[in-house]
Order: sequence, then structure tokens, then C-alpha cells
Amino acid sequence: MPFGQGRSGGGGGRGKDRDKKGGEKGQQQRRTLFRRRKVCKFCADKIDDINYKDVKLIGPFVPERGKILPRRISGTCAMHQRKLQTAIKRARQIALIPYVTD
Amino acid sequence: MADRQYELVYILPPDTTEQQVTELHQQVEGVVSRLHGQIEKTENWGRKKLAYEIGHQKEGVYVLDSINGSGELMKELDRRLRVMDQVIRHIIVRVDEEKKVVERTRTKRQSESERRRVKRGLPPTRQPGEGRSQEIDDIDDDRFDGVEV
Repeated sequence: MPFGQGRSGGGGGRGKDRDKKGGEKGQQQRRTLFRRRKVCKFCADKIDDINYKDVKLIGPFVPERGKILPRRISGTCAMHQRKLQTAIKRARQIALIPYVTD
Repeated sequence: MADRQYELVYILPPDTTEQQVTELHQQVEGVVSRLHGQIEKTENWGRKKLAYEIGHQKEGVYVLDSINGSGELMKELDRRLRVMDQVIRHIIVRVDEEKKVVERTRTKRQSESERRRVKRGLPPTRQPGEGRSQEIDDIDDDRFDGVEV
């Protein structure tokens, strides 16, 4: 085993986990498993105008609950998230998008 | 000073008749023309479901007006719409500055791409059948995977 040799036995959950996956193979799998880089939808599609009337465009960024989808999940860039935010808030005012749903 | 561009969206109760809609529109038009503005275009979106209830209404008739005019005009219009009880919701948004910014970024991107293409010895605009075809197949599927809000 490349790592964890010096550790005393399989104490923590991590050590056990590694054993289950089977030594080096598990290690390799972990390395190849990578997250897809998130891309800002508006940059990729070259959408300049995020309009509050365009529910189809904004809709995916307002999940079930009615909250604004955070940037760390959607991958939207800062500039577009800002514009999206105002658009969503305006759309809420004219009841195109809910404030809250429960 | 040049006129500013505004957008006015107002919502009427779902049982409003066509006639009432036009009547209200005339009222709005009256205010706009009296204060030296003009309505560029009017869109009637018709009956739409509201995302939440407003005054026990679940649906509403949406009307959009694009208005050119001064800030004073919009102030007056806003005040009047507030008073009118047949308007259940309205919003006024200034759009000219945003439009300008959008236009600027668009032209900037266009000219930038043209410049780069010329530098690479290509014609400035994209030719049909050029570049990668649509091979990005799963860009949408799991963009929001692991959503925990």
C-alpha cells in the first residue's frame, strides 16, 4: 500500500474504506474520479441579457423550494449570478417565480 | 435630455374583460401622453398562472408596456397604478442602461472574435460547417447534480 503504512492498523473509517476497495486499485479509481468543471451557462451560451420576463431562462436557477441556486452549485460566474439575482427578484415581484414554496 | 426607456408590467384580475383591459390601457396612455411620453409597444400576455396568490387570486392577466419618458412621468404613473384597485400588481423597470450595456458587450465580443479570426488568417465571420459540430451531448444533464439547498 502506498499510503497509510505508518498508521497503526485500520483505525479510522478511511482506512477501512480503502481496504474494502482493494489497495492500489482503489487509489487509482479515486484519482481518475474527477468532478466536471462547472461552466457558467450564460457565458457558454453567450447570453448577455438576463431578463426577468424570461422564465424559461431563469427557471432552472430557482429550485423547488424557491430559493436562488447558489453559485457553487450552478457554476455561474459572478457577473452573471449578479444579473440573475436581480432578474429573479424582479420576476418574483410580478409573480412569475415564487418567493417560497413549501 | 433624451428620454429614458422603461418597462411597465401590470397584472389584472383573471375575470377582467377585454374591454376593461383596453380601458385601463387608455388610462395609462392618457397619463403617458399628458406628461410627454410615448408608449413604444404594448404586449398582452393574457391569462397566466401566478406563482403565488395575490389577494386570493391564483391567475392574472399580464400586460407589458414599453414606455419612453421622463422619471417624473414614471413616478406619476407608479402613484396612479398604486391607487387603482383593479391593478393587483405592477412593476416599473428602467431598461435603457441595461440595453446599452448588453449592446456594448455584444459588439465587443463580435469585434474581438473577428479580430482574432483575421489574425489567424481566417475570414472574419464563421463559415457554415466550420469548427466542431455539436458533440457536447451531456452538458445539461448533471449540471445541478447534488443540489442541496
